[in-house]
Amino acid sequence: MQYSSQAVAKPYFIAAIGLFIGQILFGLVMGLQYVVGDFLFPAIPFNVARMVHTNLLIVWLLFGFMGGAYYLIPEESQRELHSPRLAIIMFWIFLVAGALTILGYLMVPYASLAKMTGNDILPTMGREFLEQPLLTKVGIVVVALAFLYNISLTVLAGRKTTISLVLLLGLWGLAIFFLFSFYNPSNLVKDKYFWWWVVHLWVEGVWELILGALLAFVLVKVTGVDREVIEKWLYVIIAMTLITGIIGTGHHYYWIGTPEYWQWWGSIFSALEPIPFFMMTVFAFNMVNRRKREHPNKAATLWALGTGVMSFLGAGVWGFLHTLAPVNYYTHGTQITAAHGHMAFYGAYAMVVMCIISYAMPVLRGREANPERSQVMEMWSFWLMTIAMVFITLFLTAAGILQVWLQRYSATPMPFMAAQDQVAIFYWLREGTGVVFMIGLVLYVMSFFVKDRPAAA
Amino acid sequence: MSGTFTKSTARNIFYGGAVFFFLLFLALTFDTVQTLPKHDNSANLTEQVVRGKHIWETRNCIGCHTLLGEGAYFAPELGNVYVRRGPDFIKGWIKAQPTGAPGRRQMPQFNLSEGELDDLVAFLKYASEINTAKWPPNIEG
Repeated sequence: MQYSSQAVAKPYFIAAIGLFIGQILFGLVMGLQYVVGDFLFPAIPFNVARMVHTNLLIVWLLFGFMGGAYYLIPEESQRELHSPRLAIIMFWIFLVAGALTILGYLMVPYASLAKMTGNDILPTMGREFLEQPLLTKVGIVVVALAFLYNISLTVLAGRKTTISLVLLLGLWGLAIFFLFSFYNPSNLVKDKYFWWWVVHLWVEGVWELILGALLAFVLVKVTGVDREVIEKWLYVIIAMTLITGIIGTGHHYYWIGTPEYWQWWGSIFSALEPIPFFMMTVFAFNMVNRRKREHPNKAATLWALGTGVMSFLGAGVWGFLHTLAPVNYYTHGTQITAAHGHMAFYGAYAMVVMCIISYAMPVLRGREANPERSQVMEMWSFWLMTIAMVFITLFLTAAGILQVWLQRYSATPMPFMAAQDQVAIFYWLREGTGVVFMIGLVLYVMSFFVKDRPAAA
Repeated sequence: MSGTFTKSTARNIFYGGAVFFFLLFLALTFDTVQTLPKHDNSANLTEQVVRGKHIWETRNCIGCHTLLGEGAYFAPELGNVYVRRGPDFIKGWIKAQPTGAPGRRQMPQFNLSEGELDDLVAFLKYASEINTAKWPPNIEG
């Protein structure tokens, strides 16, 4: 480790992985509830499990992004972090607030939680992904501001690289667009319109800047390719991301009561949205092929390549499948959406966080790379999780196509629940594959504790 | 390529493109908000509907259902449930939960008062009258 303040990244990474395990456990609960509807009812109704599943996802990715930034920024800026102490204080505040929020979801009826936490003063709860109580939302803003203050000052005082500027831009965008979560007009159409300013402009906008910066950083380190080349690519990719992605928000505006011209704007620009993801894949493979050194951390290189491929498949291809308005008319809000969501989040964001952890964690533990046996186990976990996610996506896609056919397209449309019964087999298969994913994740955690065999005496 | 297409060219495309398309997005948003009253049924946005939306949100209905296609995919679409089922069925259904049928998906009992049930129904009626460009394709949502 070049700078001692980089060490603050370590607790962030550990928390991220811990919350990831929680996310997958609740995913398994929900997957089972799809086929055994009364599983754990009334202790954990589906809506609670889902809230925990998606909120944990957001929070563990945020922990990962922050940890990544705390690791990367000192090295890029060539100076110590402005205040390592502040970073640690914010870590504990964020972790405790996150844990209390999850406990609140699990232990108190949602309506009581809303009452207890001031939702009547400023109602913001009960909207998908933004279910957090008002207090938690305020807490997120405070933590984000302290974090941005800390890393912005570090960057300003040190060397300014493209990677750190892009990362900073992405993180500032993340914080700014989150402010729309406080805006909840009683007009449902307006509510939905600006809700996407958080959700879409995050995952198909500013988060991709963070993704690009983290990936570029790891590629600089593991390939030894000239920084100029990598940074030029980074600019081109994120340029395409925003050029296609901002107006691409329109693909969410087809059926929620907005003017119909959004069907044109949304279709055209979101048809272009796979381009930056395709470029990301080409970029990662290109840099690894042109590598000027053999970095001993092979696992990190694998995660970097995997992020490129899986984000292209999940966000690019599976996104494109149902993004054109005439197709989306039938697929909107079906299991096709779920299939796309799963692979896109795993491929783009879960994998890039594991990529930066894979690269940085050995360094934080005082070595350039993990021992061979540990890396082999980590690579097994990579393949298990990634292949499981491919099959989860395929099974959900099959369920979705059948659902669309039975419930939306057929001459004698079936009611929702009747159609669900017809596709149950795919939900069972998805649940089984979810267990394989969990095994992969357990292996991932175990790989941190594997030591090399002592050399034979 | 590397001779003419430099890093600063790429950077300029990024900043120029981002600013241009964000401004275009703002312009489209401005136009959308201006013309929204023609589509969004806001003329019928009564106090009762507002109360109904609050109940919808504080019971986290979106955690199982979709509304205009957004939400969870565990339970039926409710954007058009008022048209599909009518007010009395909706109220009766909510009051009868959970069904307790073994192995079936369960909806929690929210203990809503008669007034709250009316508010929620008013919200669902208002939602069903939003002009959604003929979505969903049929009454089953």
